[in-house]
Amino acid sequence: MSPDVVLSVRNLSVVFHTSDGDVVAVNDVSFDLRSGETLGIVGESGSGKSVTASSIMRLNNSNTASTTGSIIVSGVDVLTAEEDEVRRIRGSEVAMIFQDPLSALNPYYTVGKQIAEAYLVHHPQASKADARVVTLEMLKKVGIPNPEKRIDEFPHQFSGGMRQRIVIAIALINNPKVLIADEPTTALDVTVQAQILDLMNELQTEFQMAIVLITHDLGVIAEAALDVLVMYGGRIVERSSVEALFSEPTHPYAWGLLGAVNSLGKSDRGALVTIAGSPPSLIALPTGCSFNPRCGYAMEICTAEVPSLREIGSQGSVSACHLPDDQILTIGRKAASL
Amino acid sequence: MFMFILRRVFFALVLLLAVSFFTYMLFAMLPSDPAALTCGKNCKPDVIAANRIRLGYDKSLFEQYWLFLKGIFVGRDYGTGAAAFSCGAPSLGYSFGQHECVTTLITKTFPVTAYLSVGAFILWMLIGISSGSVAALNKGKWQDRAASIFTSVGVSLPTFYIGLLVLFSVVIWLRILPFPSYESPFVDFPTFLRTMILPWLVLAVLSAASYTRLTRNGMLEAMNEDFVRLGVAKGLTTKIILRRYVMRQALVPIVTIAGLDFAGLLGGAIITESVFSLPGMGKMSIRAVVESDLPVLVGTTMVAAVFIVVANVLVDIAYGYLDPRVRVK
Repeated sequence: MSPDVVLSVRNLSVVFHTSDGDVVAVNDVSFDLRSGETLGIVGESGSGKSVTASSIMRLNNSNTASTTGSIIVSGVDVLTAEEDEVRRIRGSEVAMIFQDPLSALNPYYTVGKQIAEAYLVHHPQASKADARVVTLEMLKKVGIPNPEKRIDEFPHQFSGGMRQRIVIAIALINNPKVLIADEPTTALDVTVQAQILDLMNELQTEFQMAIVLITHDLGVIAEAALDVLVMYGGRIVERSSVEALFSEPTHPYAWGLLGAVNSLGKSDRGALVTIAGSPPSLIALPTGCSFNPRCGYAMEICTAEVPSLREIGSQGSVSACHLPDDQILTIGRKAASL
Repeated sequence: MFMFILRRVFFALVLLLAVSFFTYMLFAMLPSDPAALTCGKNCKPDVIAANRIRLGYDKSLFEQYWLFLKGIFVGRDYGTGAAAFSCGAPSLGYSFGQHECVTTLITKTFPVTAYLSVGAFILWMLIGISSGSVAALNKGKWQDRAASIFTSVGVSLPTFYIGLLVLFSVVIWLRILPFPSYESPFVDFPTFLRTMILPWLVLAVLSAASYTRLTRNGMLEAMNEDFVRLGVAKGLTTKIILRRYVMRQALVPIVTIAGLDFAGLLGGAIITESVFSLPGMGKMSIRAVVESDLPVLVGTTMVAAVFIVVANVLVDIAYGYLDPRVRVK
């Protein structure tokens, strides 16, 4: 593992045991994340992207979920480490931003207390006064106006965008190496979304952290990520750079996703193209490639065999599709230019 | 905040006035002649007539109510000459059944009710919150199922049934405790404890059942909150998360309901007091009902109403402290 790799996920699988049967939410997912880099994970609801994210901090309920594989952060395998070790990593090495800033903050304590709490738990020798100084500084960094006054206010006194800034402040107070942002802008107004993404970019440069950006919004990916994992039915179906994804997508599902993006520059202002069908039930995944029932290019082999990831094209993209390389590249380029 | 409290207190007073009016009128409309009840079966008409005048029942209803209200603030004198007597402020009337001022009767019986309520309340909060927490932390396991059985049994069994059952098995059958005979804790503390332990337990265990459910559900609900996940993601210890995140949220409805339940109890635990023959306000009320002792009924109803109304105001104020979102600026 090269020295600047801060997060290494290998063969991660998460199975939830439910009364209806076992749900394979994440299946054999592997990726590396280097410091300062942003990795986007994109996919529909139920594609396994959020479960992947919460596994990195071991937030899945161990009573109902079994997680296999390995997740290495700072030389520690999060999945097998002792609870105390994992707790030390949470918030200090790996931090997380949640989708809904309205519900992510504890309504019973002031925002200052909640930020300070995150600092104090990883700096046991620090005093409350120290924590307050650090908190004020952090509030300034995340762009909260009038922080001396607002530090003593409660979450409900802040707007959605401001609350997401508070959540970011909590996440970054311990200078983590990895920030997991699970749909950080989904619950926000479009104008505020851009502000939050800008802020994250800015702070990433300042703190030199790696970001895992989970979203279903390709616009967010285009703006903020460097590399992208496309997930479907719990598996990675394509891994590529952002440029490659938008110029030469290599998986039929990615073609569908790109087709479903609305853009002002599109020549044809007709109806949006959607992917036919709906995401598969994770309890009863289709045999072979999970995408085959919705894929316009499905062949016989697609229902029989799960395609493995292989490199396609010259841009370093990796894709799990049974179609021949040249056909993938031709259709991919065409899909990107539409 | 101050204005908020002031407004709440003002409305509480108006409410109490209304309660006193309707209580007085309701009882006065009962088809029993209070004056005839003053001297038992062998009453002569002239004694009844004299007593009617002495107790003020000859006056109009509204005048009677006015005298009752006035008595609360300045006390009240009954009759003139040798037969005269007076009840000092705050006077809630005169019990012709027990030949005693209602206020004096209440001051005598209230401590019993208060000891019963406080002891049972502390026990039931301890039992309810701890069993609810254990159930929530072991969701789906045997502890949770045990708590759930306890809850359904507890809320469906009536006090008079369980009270009598416990009394029979512990006192008469197993003879672990003597038959309850109340003594003031300042006179004979061991006897007091021996008498109170069963009513405390019966009342506490049965009332705890709904608090077990409240605590369990409140905690499980809180554990699903995003902010609890964020607390875990911060690296906080389980202890801190349970205290500052989970319990903090679960406690809000518990405090609200507990305040009202406790106040209700202070108004007299009628069934428990009767079953265990505790000379409290509840037992006095039930006796007053049987004897149509209207002044005592009006008096105890008023005291109970005061507790409920005061508890409501306190809960409202406490709510503002517990949940910053409803705090009035």
